[in-house]
Amino acid sequence: MIKDILPQLDTAEAALAAADETERDTLLIRRAALLEQCRSVTATDKVFLARHPKRPKIDDYIAALFTDFFEQRGDRQCREDASILGGIALFDGRPVTVIGHRKGRNLEENMAYNFGMPGPEGYRKALRIMRQAEKFGRPVITFIDTPGAYPGMEAEERGQSEAIAGNLAAMSRLRVPVISVVTGEGNSGGALALGVADRVLMLENAYYAVLSPEGFASILWKDPARRDEACEVMKLTAEDLLGFGVIDEIVEEPLGGAQRDHAALYRALHQSIARALDALCAVPVDALLHQRYDKYRHIAPVSVK
Amino acid sequence: MALEPLTAAQRLHATFDPGTMTPLFAQQTGGDPLSFPGYSDKLAAQQEKTGMREAVMAAQGDICGVRAVVCVLDGGFFMGSMGTAVGEMITRAIEYARDQRLPLIIFSASGGARMQEGILSLMQMAKTSAAIADFGARGGLYISVLTHPTTGGVAASFASLGDIMLAEPDALIGFAGPRVIEQTIGQRLPEGFQRSEFQQAHGFVDQIVPREQMKETLGKLLRLHGYGVKRT
Repeated sequence: MIKDILPQLDTAEAALAAADETERDTLLIRRAALLEQCRSVTATDKVFLARHPKRPKIDDYIAALFTDFFEQRGDRQCREDASILGGIALFDGRPVTVIGHRKGRNLEENMAYNFGMPGPEGYRKALRIMRQAEKFGRPVITFIDTPGAYPGMEAEERGQSEAIAGNLAAMSRLRVPVISVVTGEGNSGGALALGVADRVLMLENAYYAVLSPEGFASILWKDPARRDEACEVMKLTAEDLLGFGVIDEIVEEPLGGAQRDHAALYRALHQSIARALDALCAVPVDALLHQRYDKYRHIAPVSVK
Repeated sequence: MALEPLTAAQRLHATFDPGTMTPLFAQQTGGDPLSFPGYSDKLAAQQEKTGMREAVMAAQGDICGVRAVVCVLDGGFFMGSMGTAVGEMITRAIEYARDQRLPLIIFSASGGARMQEGILSLMQMAKTSAAIADFGARGGLYISVLTHPTTGGVAASFASLGDIMLAEPDALIGFAGPRVIEQTIGQRLPEGFQRSEFQQAHGFVDQIVPREQMKETLGKLLRLHGYGVKRT
């Protein structure tokens, strides 16, 4: 299990940093052996890595991949939902709209961001700034990392279903290129509500699923403790989803997970986004909408006479 | 109390004028895309129990003399959950209505996404919503009728996208199920929470329509949108 290997790797690396010449070779071998073990990761391992507290978050991606970020707050109806961060920025000097689920670095931040679980106002804010992107011809880039849409009383009173459905419908016809990156945990409709896109990229150790593995085990087997078993049967890894055509590209992570080398991840991700953006910006918008419709139309073909 | 559930066949029968209904697309199963343990057997048991192939039926026919396409989710089949076959049938019905320039009515009753088809069930939300958006952009009329219960991925996709939103009395309508909300907030939900009357009070439903008035209400709405009306 990768969650057991990672602390050993940290210990080995700390020792290596403090080591003198005589210990060095032994520790390097030890480190290499541990890294080798990181090559085989199960779906359960990936769920662990996808939720790793040191994994980059939306603010990290914005700082690393974009410049001149200007945050846009509020849904213009009743409130600001900080569990989604969005605004305008430059990507390689080109104006884009960036939107993503927001998780915090500590409890205080997480409370403020509701642990990245949006209410309807968050989705409506996202939709508002996507509409604005459309108006000004800016491509939209979204980052998906959420435990799910918030299942609370107020969220229901204010139309969580309507907000999610509204985003799915609107994103399917947004007249600018849309790129989504599944960066961490992509759970349920709360993830998809930012994820209807021309190109869906997914980090190697991220996961994307109909429901959280805990929720899945709880619904299907009435036992959330069977989470690891759920991870293994849900087909939620990037390889699985590439095979299904749900995503278009896997972005490689550093060995042992993105949290081990943020800079390496940003380099790979920057390249993938740049490539997708160039390709999509070259397609006339009507053709783009056609392709987007067809893409979702033909995921998992079913023969119905 | 929510009304007694109707099967899809009963609902179609109650909605169309006698002798006008033609089923659209033979029903087919979506298979077992995840090779999910036990799913094929469970699906077979549901088929045996209900005599249906899947949780949805689509048909065209006349409602108070006006031609329309109607889809019905059957809550008695796998809780009306949406997997690949349900998503495909709904999408084909939407596209058929679009191509034939017919109005579309969908009666929803669903626990949400079909867990056993995993991420592919989730993608049906995007697929059906995109189809509704496309249909709407071409001027098509879509009336969504929410029946007990309509939750999860069905509530959060096509079921919430109607030009006109109707509900049967006291239907449970929401994104998260009441049990999940109660576990999250650690308290009991008030009486009537997420029911049709609650949804209407919060602005998400145009009207709550008793079952015996459903057909004539639909007929009136079709006429109000200019269907079946001879213009001089």
